[in-house]
Amino acid sequence: MRKLKNSLITSLTWLIVIIFFFPVFWMFINAFKSEQDASAIPPTLIFEPNFSGFQRLMDRGMADYLLNSLTSSVLSTLIVLLLAIPAAYALSIRPIKKIQDVLFFFISTRFLPAAASLLPLYMIFKSLGVLDNINALSLVYAAMNLPIAVWMMRSFFNEVPMEIVEAAQIDGANFRTELIRIVLPIVLPGIAAVALICFIFSWNEYFLATLLTTSDAKTAPPFLASFVDGRGLFLGVLSAASMVAALPVLIAGWIAQKQLVRGLAMGAVK
Amino acid sequence: MLSKKRVITFGAMLGISALALSGCAASTGAGGDVTLTLATVNNGNMVDMESLKGEFEAANPGIKVNFQVMEEGDLRSAVTADVANAAGQYDIVTIGAYEVPQWGANGWLTDLTEGLNDGSYDVEDILPPVRSALSVDGKQYAVPFYGESSILMYNKEILDAAGQKLSKNPTWQEVAAVAKAVKTDDVAGICLRGKPGWGDLFAPLTTVVQTFGGSWYDMNWDAQVNSPAFVEAVTFYKNLLDEAGQPNPVDYSFNECLNALKEGKVAMWYDASVAASFLEADDSPVKGKLAYSHAPVVKTKESGWLWSWNLAVPANTKNKDAAIKFVKWATSKEYHNLVGTKLGWSKVPPGARISTYSIPEYKEASAAYGPITLEVMNAVNPVQPGVNPQPWVGIQYVAIPEFQEVGNQVAQLVADAIAGRTTVKEALDKGQKIAQVAGDAQK
Amino acid sequence: MTTQTTAKTSVVKVETQVKKARLSRALILPALIFSIVLTQIPFLVTIYFSTLEWNLLKPTEIKFTWFDNYVAVFEKGDLLPATFATIGITSLAVVFSVVLGLFLAVLLDRKFRGQAVARTLLITPFLLMPAAASLIWKHSMFDSNVGILSWLTEALGGTPIQWTTDLPFLVVVIMLTWQYTPFMMLILLAGLQSQTPEVLEAAAVDGASAWKTFRWITLPHLRQYVEIAVLLGTIMLLQVFDPIAIITKGTGGTKTLSYLLYERAFVGLNVGEAAAYGVVTVLLTIVVATVALRSLFKVFIEGGQR
Repeated sequence: MRKLKNSLITSLTWLIVIIFFFPVFWMFINAFKSEQDASAIPPTLIFEPNFSGFQRLMDRGMADYLLNSLTSSVLSTLIVLLLAIPAAYALSIRPIKKIQDVLFFFISTRFLPAAASLLPLYMIFKSLGVLDNINALSLVYAAMNLPIAVWMMRSFFNEVPMEIVEAAQIDGANFRTELIRIVLPIVLPGIAAVALICFIFSWNEYFLATLLTTSDAKTAPPFLASFVDGRGLFLGVLSAASMVAALPVLIAGWIAQKQLVRGLAMGAVK
Repeated sequence: MLSKKRVITFGAMLGISALALSGCAASTGAGGDVTLTLATVNNGNMVDMESLKGEFEAANPGIKVNFQVMEEGDLRSAVTADVANAAGQYDIVTIGAYEVPQWGANGWLTDLTEGLNDGSYDVEDILPPVRSALSVDGKQYAVPFYGESSILMYNKEILDAAGQKLSKNPTWQEVAAVAKAVKTDDVAGICLRGKPGWGDLFAPLTTVVQTFGGSWYDMNWDAQVNSPAFVEAVTFYKNLLDEAGQPNPVDYSFNECLNALKEGKVAMWYDASVAASFLEADDSPVKGKLAYSHAPVVKTKESGWLWSWNLAVPANTKNKDAAIKFVKWATSKEYHNLVGTKLGWSKVPPGARISTYSIPEYKEASAAYGPITLEVMNAVNPVQPGVNPQPWVGIQYVAIPEFQEVGNQVAQLVADAIAGRTTVKEALDKGQKIAQVAGDAQK
Repeated sequence: MTTQTTAKTSVVKVETQVKKARLSRALILPALIFSIVLTQIPFLVTIYFSTLEWNLLKPTEIKFTWFDNYVAVFEKGDLLPATFATIGITSLAVVFSVVLGLFLAVLLDRKFRGQAVARTLLITPFLLMPAAASLIWKHSMFDSNVGILSWLTEALGGTPIQWTTDLPFLVVVIMLTWQYTPFMMLILLAGLQSQTPEVLEAAAVDGASAWKTFRWITLPHLRQYVEIAVLLGTIMLLQVFDPIAIITKGTGGTKTLSYLLYERAFVGLNVGEAAAYGVVTVLLTIVVATVALRSLFKVFIEGGQR
């Protein structure tokens, strides 16, 4: 009886999991179909694998867009880490009086609609001559992710036992040794988690990329929409493009699930 | 002490990123090779152009062309923001007949008159009504890549099977009756655009409004959006969609309807004449099964629109010469020949050059729709397309900068009405207010 | 003598305190300045623009107009519907995904064959690029010709639903729920797994039913995880743009504030009016945020307090 109930629950779990995964699965499958097969109704499950979709991605220069995505994601994540680690360290281990206000400021910048100052941002970029510039886009991404990073990072720093820090300070360790030798090793997994999350957010960003880049610095997400073709069938190539664009983050997230959970649950998970 | 050091380090870091920024900005454009960035719409003829760009690059070493293909609405916002801000990110833009005169007058586009004036290009060969729409004060600011009017296309087999017939100049009432008669569970009677957007929904719908006797504005720039004729026309359009139209109309624009007709899912379609060249292409399943007639009318003699997609060079581009070179290549007689020999004669961009219509291979390939396209394009009247005179030149659009915005908002309201979330009257009452604000600005 | 020494030590102490505070400030400052430069300066420019009559399509007619743009914003009356759309979409997606996420977290918090694989597959929608997800849902799921959903309803004998025409709001909510359920599930699963097994065992020994244990022990324990999940989800969903730009184009009550602002700026091209829209939206958000945030913010202060 109990066994039956157990296997029923397991089946139910799998059923829901499959429903949730289906659109992604279907995207993977369609990526390897010919355009006729991809748009066939009723849907075809048995088909001859076809790589013409991937060939078209390469022909249209998708590699450049992926490279831009990679550059902006890595660069913005590095900037975020450089800024957020010291800030979080100060906020957590050497708190100052107005800490609440500082934290609140960071959160509120993330709350405010980015779209509100979009046109001015576009114009500022234009007058600085950095429209369609991957470094400029990275800076914007860094500003977008910084608040969340500071927040998450602070809760990781909070896990560092105060006694260790104090002991080090009494031993006369200066600030740098304290940070690098004692604190950083403890929070390293947390930093990895934050880096992963910042990377994912930057890689997947569409709105700002659409508006601030045109060709040289265009990233993968806005490029995807251009596969919606005017002349008929495009599901195959669209699926292939979506799959290629999404895969790096999918793989990173699959591998680093623990880090992901850690980061998202803000260090509350030990 | 330490704190100072830190501050300096971070200051330096910010400085470095700033340097990196400026460095990068400077490095583009340098070097011997030129990369042209071309913004275009995801229509079939443009996709052909992208697939043939290698020929141009081979003939012009040192010039590369980077295509940025977008949906019509996205293209409009991206290009308009770029050109209006003089951002100069695109070297060549694809813009409609609506934008060219306004942008030309604003000084946003390069005057091409001189550049086109060489014997081998033969600028006089461009269709006169289209060419005059692209010129301001004798200066030509763009070249048509293809031109079009609107026609009714229908699947003869489906109509014959239902015992229905249409004349060369049908009325909307006749079309509606046929649509209802041929409609089955699997095949819709007619496909009409429903996607919100002034260039999507309101291209065909404005022509319907005009032939019903309505208009966006009267001669005093007073909005007429909730006038009885306008309401009647939109109601007719909505009812036709409800009773015999394609399912999920708000998703449908040119491309979606094209596929539906190709796949035999609709019997008729009222849209751009350029569609005929895709329907008669070698890979089209309905090739040879279609017939074409003039845009359906009610109170006017003709109701087709006049449109061209054009290539223009923004005034701020750094690569003007190379850009003009490409524009000339893509709109030349040689390009038309290239498309014909490489991709098939039915895919030659229509409605741009007179000489195209006398190429024997093209004549043969376009026998079903070539003559009617040329006939309709010469028959429509952009000065007074409707029953009453209007204070602007243009058929399916109002040639004022605000129209893009007005058209989009009213299109969204009408899309809501088509989906049944509001009534046509409510939608158009709201639209009237929006249109009036823009009208007042013209007085 | 003694008094002197005490005084000396306290001076040293004060000095180190001051030094410490200075160091802290120096460490926070770069992040703060960076944030201010990239988020606040554009906003100041927005405020300035909002007082100008400036339509990009009429480059010759720029002039100062005081508050005319604000009047226009309120006369147009599309701000309120957009606010409702934003609140509606955000709250529905958050509620659905938290409930579903909790359900799935409970299902996954037991040992069964392929548990790790199931979790991996389940988190995928959250990792999938939203632009890709929107395109796939639009063209491969909701499409009325080749969409799987239409085919499925027809195969099951129903009439196919015209998703994007008739139910755009639901389409957006469904897609977002699909995307955010895994996200909620991950956080809540972490919460479930952080329960001490002894407590649960003790409850079982005491004869508490599974439901009672869940209701009185697990749920209270999960509270702060739910709060974190809701807060993070809300922050991200408030600014949601991709599915609206790609699937519905703002029709059928899906025109959220983000999309409205984008549309005013990049389709309307009326700089002054768009800026006024931006300023009003920011003020609106601040009002909502201070109310909502102050209460939710406690989660972080308490959760993170040492």
